[in-house]
Amino acid sequence: MKIVVCIKQVPDTAEVRINPETNTLVRDGVASIINPYDMHALEAGLQMREAAGAGTVTALTMGPPQAENALREAVSMGIDEGVLLTDRAFAGSDTWATAYTLAKAIEHIGADIIICGKQAIDGDTAQVGPEIAEFLQIPHVAYVRKIDSLKDGSIIVQRLMDDGYDIVESSLPVLLTVVRELNVPRMPSLKGKMAAKKAVIRQMKASDLKADVNSLGLQGSPTQVRNIFAPEAKKDRKMLEGSSEEKVDQLLKELAGLKCL
Amino acid sequence: MFIRVNTDKCTGCETCLQSCPYDAIIMKDGKAEITELCQLCRACLNVCPEGAISEVREEGAPGKEKGQGKGVWVFAEQRDGRIADVSFELLGAGRRLADILGAELSAVLFGSSEDGADELIKWGADKIYHCPDEILGVFNDEPYAQLLSDLIQEHKPEIVLAGATPVGRSFIPRVAARLNTGLTADCTSLDIDRETGHLLQVRPAFGGNIMATILCPLTRPQMATVRPRVMKRGVYDPDRKGEVIRISDRKISSRTSVKDTVKEASDLALNLQEANIIVAGGRGAGGEKGFALLYELAEALGASVAASRAAVDEGWIAYRHQVGQTGKTVGPKLYIACGISGAVQHLVGMQSSDIIVAINKNPEAPIFNVATYGIVGDLFEILPIFIRKVREAKGL
Ligand SMILES: Cc1cc2nc3c(=O)[nH]c(=O)nc-3n(C[C@H](O)[C@H](O)[C@H](O)COP(=O)(O)OP(=O)(O)OC[C@H]3O[C@@H](n4cnc5c(N)ncnc54)[C@H](O)[C@@H]3O)c2cc1C
Ligand SMILES: Nc1ncnc2c1ncn2[C@@H]1O[C@H](COP(=O)(O)O)[C@@H](O)[C@H]1O
Repeated sequence: MKIVVCIKQVPDTAEVRINPETNTLVRDGVASIINPYDMHALEAGLQMREAAGAGTVTALTMGPPQAENALREAVSMGIDEGVLLTDRAFAGSDTWATAYTLAKAIEHIGADIIICGKQAIDGDTAQVGPEIAEFLQIPHVAYVRKIDSLKDGSIIVQRLMDDGYDIVESSLPVLLTVVRELNVPRMPSLKGKMAAKKAVIRQMKASDLKADVNSLGLQGSPTQVRNIFAPEAKKDRKMLEGSSEEKVDQLLKELAGLKCL
Repeated sequence: MFIRVNTDKCTGCETCLQSCPYDAIIMKDGKAEITELCQLCRACLNVCPEGAISEVREEGAPGKEKGQGKGVWVFAEQRDGRIADVSFELLGAGRRLADILGAELSAVLFGSSEDGADELIKWGADKIYHCPDEILGVFNDEPYAQLLSDLIQEHKPEIVLAGATPVGRSFIPRVAARLNTGLTADCTSLDIDRETGHLLQVRPAFGGNIMATILCPLTRPQMATVRPRVMKRGVYDPDRKGEVIRISDRKISSRTSVKDTVKEASDLALNLQEANIIVAGGRGAGGEKGFALLYELAEALGASVAASRAAVDEGWIAYRHQVGQTGKTVGPKLYIACGISGAVQHLVGMQSSDIIVAINKNPEAPIFNVATYGIVGDLFEILPIFIRKVREAKGL
């Protein structure tokens, strides 16, 4: 069984701040991490391989050359191979172009099961996984919170919904996107850390893919960012003044007037 | 679409060469020529003194081309015969967009029950495409994606909106991939650019620290998802009439099947979304002692308690109470934020509340930007007074 896990290296966005004067992002010194949901995807892949007693887990990432570090970290957890898709032609990809590129690479690598995180914390779109499945013309199940069984070319999983969960069966090959409840990602072992240092990370460029060059990167992206801005203040805001007692009195008066209470 | 030089008009003045950021215009036999480097950015369109450069739109061209888009569509999600609330909110937003464009607003309804179609019309739709095929009774991605894509290709709407629910977020990306068009997730506001007619899609970006306006200029439809409770419903008109178009017996298949559906109050569903009043605490609540005050106030007000992610991460309160980008989106009549700084990720989850009260000791805290009423002060001082006075007023 061949398992491919798509992982993304993301800035630890909890640390990203805005410079209020220039309205720009302060990203200096912000660490890069493996997207937290993708850690659960890696763990799921490793558990499937262990349960089957056979097979391989390949981690795939598209990003700048330094995204190699994310793949080494994945090696330290126990995956078999890391593949880095890096090329200037991929720069500026939106979710459509990202999914297209990853799908082309997965066609090349070959996979029975593809696992993605539910979403990446830098964009929070949750689109790349299902889009990859569509490009590969295979089924997918999103928000997987438990794997019930995996055998004989089919898989049964639990899909998290707003009001509970669905038990969904799918034929293979399939793409899953996973939520945090699925598992607890393992810590790298000492042996794993050694392996990570020595591992050879396979690199792929645009020319290694059977891809339409017009569908890559910025040029292949249907969406464009027109501008970015900081959220504005409400115009009708009222700051309440006086002692604490007075402030609360004013507030209650205002709220009573609005029939809020 | 492509850009063309009318060689009869071109005088070879070379004015257009500098306008191209991609060096895609060259001179050949004394005339300008657009090469394959062209990115269709349109920067050259208005620079030619002779008006020799124009854009050419092809009709029905395959691939990523602009279609002859007509109208605004809303995917009206239905589960167990009940239409999801977000569908009505999308109709509110969709009605506005359709009116600006002078276009029709249609809703797409899947599943055997047609009862909802009438309601969708009263909430603003002109037309309903209803497909009752049995395979759509439970949610599976492939049949949903296939049928919606087929309908879009047949009718060519300009804009397609869907709820950012587990269902919408799962299958709508497949539709966008299949149609080779863009999709913008979790939009917080939608508008039409009056000059170009493009859909302006605003969403939090870079982990929610800033807002971005996203365009999908060249491909159609323009697709966006919106979280529940972000948009307001439109006007309900009980006398409104519309057309229901039935679609049936489509050849659709699925490689996934739902074996069972288990209802449980999962972390995603807590009554927060129905609450009229919410008292929310952040890191400023300092711990369980602070949250005890919040619960006291909530009890006095008959409110529910929510929290920022910082408070959840500290372990002071369970995840299901989290409001924001990675938590719930709420829209109560009154939201009282105590000791919450107002990071965009939090704001996107509560901004549509009718009235927002912020209590924070830092006068610069961004939460005051969205507040209706702001109190600069220590919550440990303000809240006990607040609780006492509410109790007094209610005779508790
Ligand atoms: C991808 C991503 C998703 C996220 N999703 C969410 C989400 O869904 N929801 C969410 O809330 N956050 C989310 N966050 C985190 C968000 O960026 C902020 O870190 C978080 O909202 C901050 O919580 P806070 O306001 O409680 O804490 P802080 O930012 O630490 O603010 C505490 C505030 O309390 C005030 N204060 C302190 N003591 C007192 C006192 N005694 N009395 C009055 N005021 C006091 C301080 O002045 C300060 O303004 C997300 C972040 C990322 C990167
Ligand atoms: N550049 C990338 N490289 C590898 N995997 C990615 C990349 N971008 C997104 N993914 C995968 O798609 C999931 C959803 O990402 P997103 O749609 O950006 O929220 C992530 O959890 C990853 O598994």
